[in-house]
Amino acid sequence: VTAGGSDLSVFLQQVINGLSVGAIYALIALGYTMVYGVLRFINFAHSDVFMVGAYVGFFLAPHFATGGLAGALAILVCAMVVCAVLGVCIERFAYRPLRGSSRLNVLITAIGVSLLIENSAQVFWKANPRSFPAILPVQTFQLGGISISSNQVAVLVIAIALLVGLQLFVMKTRTGKAMRAVSFNPTAASLVGINNDMVISFTFALGSALAAAAGILFAVYYGSIQPLMGVLPGLKAFVAAVLGGIGNVPGAALGGLILGLVETFVKGSRFSTFTDAIAFAVLILILVFRPAGILGKMQVEKV
Amino acid sequence: LQASAARGKDLGMSIKCWSLPVCVLGLVAFTLGGCKKPDSAGGDGDAIIVGEYASLTGKEAAFGRSSHRGTELAVEEINKAGGVLGKQIKLVTEDTQSKEGESSTVVSKLISRDRAVAILGEVASGRSLEAGPICQQNKVPMISPSSTNPKVTQVGDYIFRVCFLDSFQGDVLARFGLTKLNAKRIAIMSDVSQSYSVGLAEHFRESFIPRGGQIVSDQKFSSGDTDFNAQLTAVKAANPEAIFVPCYYQEAGLIVRQARQLGIRVPLFGGDGWEAPELLEIGKEALEGCYYSTHFSPQADTPEAKKFVQAYQAKYSEVPDAMAALGYDSAMILADAIKRAGGTAAQGLRDALAGTKEYQGVTGRTTIDANRDASKPATIVTIKDGKFQYVETMSAE
Repeated sequence: VTAGGSDLSVFLQQVINGLSVGAIYALIALGYTMVYGVLRFINFAHSDVFMVGAYVGFFLAPHFATGGLAGALAILVCAMVVCAVLGVCIERFAYRPLRGSSRLNVLITAIGVSLLIENSAQVFWKANPRSFPAILPVQTFQLGGISISSNQVAVLVIAIALLVGLQLFVMKTRTGKAMRAVSFNPTAASLVGINNDMVISFTFALGSALAAAAGILFAVYYGSIQPLMGVLPGLKAFVAAVLGGIGNVPGAALGGLILGLVETFVKGSRFSTFTDAIAFAVLILILVFRPAGILGKMQVEKV
Repeated sequence: LQASAARGKDLGMSIKCWSLPVCVLGLVAFTLGGCKKPDSAGGDGDAIIVGEYASLTGKEAAFGRSSHRGTELAVEEINKAGGVLGKQIKLVTEDTQSKEGESSTVVSKLISRDRAVAILGEVASGRSLEAGPICQQNKVPMISPSSTNPKVTQVGDYIFRVCFLDSFQGDVLARFGLTKLNAKRIAIMSDVSQSYSVGLAEHFRESFIPRGGQIVSDQKFSSGDTDFNAQLTAVKAANPEAIFVPCYYQEAGLIVRQARQLGIRVPLFGGDGWEAPELLEIGKEALEGCYYSTHFSPQADTPEAKKFVQAYQAKYSEVPDAMAALGYDSAMILADAIKRAGGTAAQGLRDALAGTKEYQGVTGRTTIDANRDASKPATIVTIKDGKFQYVETMSAE
């Protein structure tokens, strides 16, 4: 039995734990924030796309050579593609017909879609938790008093790669520019020849693909999946998106990491019973002082 | 955030809007039914209706499914042997979806719509506590097959159980930790959102500390959590000799797995909430050398247990677990009581249940005591080579 280690190593261990959870929140939060950016509404079905992503990985895993990096990446990419298609379909059939109607209608539709996916998953994929196959070789590294599992490394590396990739995409490419334009002013965007519907579909595809990636990482990291696995992380990710400034891509990433860290430190303290209460109190505090979120810009609405 | 508040409100409103007409309808149905058959307490003449509520889907589905299968097998065997008092038993089962709030609804339905003479369920203590008051109010005897929280039967004199209590289980586990695991320094990780977990942790502490044990770290989490690294890091820093994890299998499996990934090598052990094949699926090889206490082991060698294991395997092609055995015993004890009462009138049935003595079931000799609880020994099981392995039987001291 190794000794527990010094306070510093406990602290560093918690930082690593917090970053791993936060990275997953951040990936989900991106989907919320991007859709909010272009459509100004919260896509509640997003957390279920996350769950579907994990299940796609679960069903694909036996067909790939698992245990290696190539197989894992292939599964990841396949799940991202399937969920991108799912995201586009959800937008096309559930949200687009309501374009232009009250935002509340779309919101209620989103809740409906969410419940539909959750309950269908319980019917077709069984409600009990399933073990997710180990698609990556698991290894634990010891650094001083700190243990880092290869899964934690994989979660962090893949999440950071996707976050950076997304930021470059939004800032540097033409499509990214079009997304920003639609987000800034949809009417003006269509006046300069941007196909809004295309951009919106693309945003859903991108957000859903990231949710699928988060789903796979979550499943690999924790090793178990079930049809309601998206509910809690989805809620937390939504909070992370608001925390960072909804509609803001780096904000969502930052919000996710902050929420993951705060949660982990509270859980590891004597106040673990109050984890969610404290995490949400932090959210309220930040919103009191920065109503638009940490990186959000205040918008003055003309009346 | 606002949006999510709106979501909650919408759902709340829709429930409220519905509940009034549903109540009225229920009342009308109840009165009409009552008019038709004022004397019979249930049944449609030639069948005795027994209600069952279980978590057939959702988080604790593994428990609910096993328990239900045991009950189903018992009813089938009773009916094959000619039924009780010349009548067949008709089992009406409702799913609680492992959700809070669902048990009270479905049990009300079983009592008012199906007119069940007795109610069997639930596995989870929290849900038994929810439905208990409804059975008590309507004076319909309820038998919980496997809710171990002491409060369950304190609801009233119509609530029974056929399993041991958490006070007994906590004491057994404390003695097991001290003497068999040689652990004086123990960390606890409990689920604050389950009465079962909170209660079992409390009873463990009550027995462990006076015997010279020390709780070096006391960590909490909530059902549905998937990340326990934070708590386990704190546990690791406290350097315990064993970790007590009184919770249900889904969280237990994840905790054991994450503990091993963090480099924690000491044994983890828990209560009967661990008992499910899903535990092995989630925890995998991390579970080797962990222990839990339970009500029954398929390796037990009483003739009743052997016969039950055989019949269960023939019907469902899987080995029964403790929940299945208790589900079976709960239905058998009910049938025995109906036989002794000579009918299904509420008062008589209740008295017959309370008078159950030395009933030889598959989970051992069951006697219902003055508090309507069952007193019986506990079984310790370990995980070896990816399988559950019987270790020993521990009785009260």
